[in-house]
Amino acid sequence: MTSVAEAPAGAVGRRALVRLTATEGKLFVRERVGPVWGLGFPLVLLIIFGSIHSFHTARATYGGLTLLDVYLPILIEMMLALLALVAMPLVLAGYRERGILRRLRTTPAGPLRVLAAQILVNFACAVVATLVLVLVARFAYGVSVPRQFGGFVVTAVLVAVAMLCIGLFVAAVGKTGRIAQIIGAILFYPLIFFAGLWLPIPSMPTILQHISHATPLGAAWESFQNAELGRFPGALPLLTIAAWAVVFGLAAWRLFRWE
Amino acid sequence: MTTSVIEVRGLHKEYGDTVAVDDVSFSVAEGEIFGILGPNGAGKTTTVECIEGLRTPDSGEISVLGFDPQRDRAEVTQRMGVQLQESQLPAKLRVAEALDLYSSFYRAPADWRSLLEVLGLTDKAGTSFGKLSGGQKQRLSIALALVGSPKIAVLDELTTGLDPQARRDTWGLIEGIRDRGVTIVLVSHFMEEAERLCDRVALIDKGRVVVVDTPAALAERTEAEQRIQFRPSAPVDDALLKALPEVTSVIRRGDVVVVTGNDEALNAVISLLARNKIVARQLRVEQASLEDAFLELTGRHTSARDSHLADERDYERDEEQ
Repeated sequence: MTSVAEAPAGAVGRRALVRLTATEGKLFVRERVGPVWGLGFPLVLLIIFGSIHSFHTARATYGGLTLLDVYLPILIEMMLALLALVAMPLVLAGYRERGILRRLRTTPAGPLRVLAAQILVNFACAVVATLVLVLVARFAYGVSVPRQFGGFVVTAVLVAVAMLCIGLFVAAVGKTGRIAQIIGAILFYPLIFFAGLWLPIPSMPTILQHISHATPLGAAWESFQNAELGRFPGALPLLTIAAWAVVFGLAAWRLFRWE
Repeated sequence: MTTSVIEVRGLHKEYGDTVAVDDVSFSVAEGEIFGILGPNGAGKTTTVECIEGLRTPDSGEISVLGFDPQRDRAEVTQRMGVQLQESQLPAKLRVAEALDLYSSFYRAPADWRSLLEVLGLTDKAGTSFGKLSGGQKQRLSIALALVGSPKIAVLDELTTGLDPQARRDTWGLIEGIRDRGVTIVLVSHFMEEAERLCDRVALIDKGRVVVVDTPAALAERTEAEQRIQFRPSAPVDDALLKALPEVTSVIRRGDVVVVTGNDEALNAVISLLARNKIVARQLRVEQASLEDAFLELTGRHTSARDSHLADERDYERDEEQ
């Protein structure tokens, strides 16, 4: 074979990751699952909620916030959960099922880099979607940007990591893309219920509120709410989210197979 | 003896209670096409997966260009291209994108555009993987195995599932790759493929190497026996045929006579028929092949010899007559 210029080993590894990420990004857009669920769907919900008049009234139940203020973090959580629990496991388990990870094992790139590329692409989509949701809410519907912005970012990153760990767990236990998608959906609905998608947490019966606080998305909503009101999130909800991340992260680490 | 690029010594691998590979040793010389043959479940794939570093052997030693496939992953993957059985790509990834991506993994990649041309995929460069035919996917898979300009290419069940024409085209390709100096390890259960392509073959059965030799030498090991089959133009007495010293047996299948004998039986039978003014119609002669050698050495039939391939072989012999 004719050879082109030789490159040193470390540079080859970095170049492989960059190229894999660019390729996974292209496929992410072409497959449309990620952009539709990770950006389109929450944005459409925001626009619907924003068009409802009663969503703009400040309510004492929510500490003086409007329903739209309450729903913005729920939509961000929903977007993170859809990307991590449904879109990403579908791709990763599908790659395993179709021997794509196995083929990568026989190349210098290795399958870990395509996993990293998938995480980077989904993370990038999550960042873009968060910005779009926050900015559309701010400029189209006058929802104020979280006053405790650091607390908002810390919560968002932490809950993204927790969702990622659960998503990797789903990709680990789902033998095929199809099964992974089903497991992801089974986990998604209760998690998003306790985030308050159907009934915001302060309006839930006390028992459900207690359960909510123990779930990652419920704890995250509490933290987002504090950030919205200008308070730094408390340690308990942040630790709750972190605990979910650790448990599912370890389980995924133990159970994930390349083949 | 040329230098060996792959050394396998006393390889042993079990899955639970099943011994997949019992005791396998062989070495592959630089520049040859080395065949690993055997029936399904003989341990061929496990053996090459250990060479590729995809599986850890329970015991035994493997060296690929002086490297350990497990410990020296980076070095081995840089130098050895692998074409796996049933390994796909994302459906929406285009041919050119796949080659461009995979070439970025290597220190000294081949020029993937010329590789596309060699493999006849240039006009498919913009096509998604999911829209390629079986033969095109297989050729892309070979291209991906070669895009790192490897010293060794391992090809596992390369032509399984391809139609006869695509299979022939692929064989031509493999010879072309060898001519560029790439050592090839070919895993197959097609004896015809091995006969056509391999410089040497290792026959593996029940996790052990039965024999390593050239395909011709293996075929010669079996007794030189011929099977002659024809439809006589007029009735012929079996006793006359059986009386010939060169003939060992005569059987009939409908109006077709099948005569088995030594390598002079053909002459004897034809002269006998000529003396009796009988014409041998649809005459067909079968020599001992690698397939027979395999049967004799393992006492088993190679699996999955699809009927259309057998038909095709018969057709060729008819043409040769």
